[in-house]
Amino acid sequence: MTAASASLSARAVRTHRPRLRRIAPWVFWTLLAGLGSIIFVLPFVWMVSTGFKPRWEQLVMPPVWIPSRIEWSNFTEPLHRQPVLQWYKNTLILVCFNVFGALLSSSLVAYGFARMQFKGRNLLFMILLATMMLPGQVTLIPIYYFFSRIHWTDSLRPLIVPSYFAAPYYVFLLRQFFMGISTEMDDAAEIDGCNLFDIYWRIILPMSLPALGVVAITEFTWNWNDFFGPLIYINTPVKFTIAAGLRLFQTRADPQIGQTMAMTFLSVLPLLVVFYSAQRYFIQGIVISGVKG
Amino acid sequence: MATSTALASGRPKRMSSRARRRQIAGYLFISPWVIGFLVFTVGAMLFSLGLTLFDTDLLTETKFIGLKNFVQLSHDRLFLKSLSVTGYYVLLAVPLQVLAALLIALMLNNRKIALVGVWRTLYYMPSIVSGIAVSMLWMWMLNPDFGLFNYLLSLVGIQGPRWIYSEQWAIPSFVIMGVWAAGSNMLLYLAGLQSIPTPLYEAASIDGAGSWSRFWRITLPMLSPTLFFNLVMTLIGAFQVFTQAFVMTNGGPNNATLTMVLYLYRKGFEQLHFGYASAVAWVLFVIIMAFTLLVFRSSTAWVYYEGELRR
Repeated sequence: MTAASASLSARAVRTHRPRLRRIAPWVFWTLLAGLGSIIFVLPFVWMVSTGFKPRWEQLVMPPVWIPSRIEWSNFTEPLHRQPVLQWYKNTLILVCFNVFGALLSSSLVAYGFARMQFKGRNLLFMILLATMMLPGQVTLIPIYYFFSRIHWTDSLRPLIVPSYFAAPYYVFLLRQFFMGISTEMDDAAEIDGCNLFDIYWRIILPMSLPALGVVAITEFTWNWNDFFGPLIYINTPVKFTIAAGLRLFQTRADPQIGQTMAMTFLSVLPLLVVFYSAQRYFIQGIVISGVKG
Repeated sequence: MATSTALASGRPKRMSSRARRRQIAGYLFISPWVIGFLVFTVGAMLFSLGLTLFDTDLLTETKFIGLKNFVQLSHDRLFLKSLSVTGYYVLLAVPLQVLAALLIALMLNNRKIALVGVWRTLYYMPSIVSGIAVSMLWMWMLNPDFGLFNYLLSLVGIQGPRWIYSEQWAIPSFVIMGVWAAGSNMLLYLAGLQSIPTPLYEAASIDGAGSWSRFWRITLPMLSPTLFFNLVMTLIGAFQVFTQAFVMTNGGPNNATLTMVLYLYRKGFEQLHFGYASAVAWVLFVIIMAFTLLVFRSSTAWVYYEGELRR
């Protein structure tokens, strides 16, 4: 049988050689990419699967991929034990304030750098670029001290306020984009009696929605994931963000692994939804910043 | 850039009230950043540098001790351990992350591949859920007894190590996680690869260059600015490794994952030795700056800029 099929496939190869030679690289590369991607996806699949598994299927070898029944208590029990919905609410508040702050402050600063002529502009911009590489630890303790002195710790305020002072990365990205917009529009608007702020607000911003989208998405993701900030500033569990609260489900002693994975799944779900619905912004951000960086 | 300088040099004489107004407006527009920079960067850095000279919990006691914090650091065994742990992580993680992302990008940039968009999304996905969620997930992925990782290894007949529970394998575990989440590097490479003009390749082919020499003579030099950018950013990020060590291993086993930022966190925010913690922060800062400068210095030798890209 093996000999027969071998000779058969040999004949097939001979007759179809031109087409096969054309297809073979496609099959090879696509298969390779697909196999490789399994490594990157499998942890997610396992997370979701474990989040829905009943207890007796959680810690078995080989792993059960499709739960025999859906165990909703993996979700409901932790939701009773910890104020997860409150964490969601806190995170949403944080994200809304910070996305707004980042958009407003960074676009104003970027507009200044892109369109105004002033002394020291290039030097200041170089300094701004340099601060992009500054590790946060050197400024961490004084900033913490500052916020604790004005009694703002154990609230979201220390996590919100800094985003209203323009982040270098966003300024860089938006400035790149603004400089690509023709100045003819500005000039025409100025003749029509628009002041500089009008130009920023009515011309530059509406024309920069893709770049602003990149900033919004990046700021959203960053704040959603930020762990160190809430860890330092917030002590009361009901005030946690989802990233800070998630840690409370980490237990080594009694592995409630299904519940842990269910909560991890809940915590990344909004991120994944945003990622899939705004994928092009992620990629665009990389393109705007990367190629010119 | 070119248009605005041309405009400025075109009418230099009319430094009129309009130009002056623009000058003031410019400062006003950038003022949010300037204020933030002065307070949260310059001010905070000076304060933090000053703190290194004190023994203080920032509440009750503050004592000036000069450079004693640094002297103490130089024979603090835990700090020296954190230096070597961080160094080891950087040494493993940076080349692997930079290389793995490059290989994936090269594979996806291949013109003979179907469903590129799907693969790109899948490879990039882990990098958006960074930090705590990844740590929670990988704690169980790497569980020696019930983890998926050791199960997959057992399928090919390998008895997996104890990963994060083993002194020897804890840091390599973090490195694996880092490579898993290096998707944004890959996207940068892809953008870089796609901006290489195809006529370059065509010309080289006509001149008889094989695919290997096209890669070494065109792809790599043209990609070197992206490679440089990724290297710098990955390096800076790797020195600051914290979340995995804090959540997954809490510095253990036997301090095998006591990274510098974790040590800083413990000294400052758990033991309230803020002066000492500031000294740790400054040592970390100086190390990062030194390595960044080193990479920048070396870049003249291996980074190729096209005329127009050079600032």
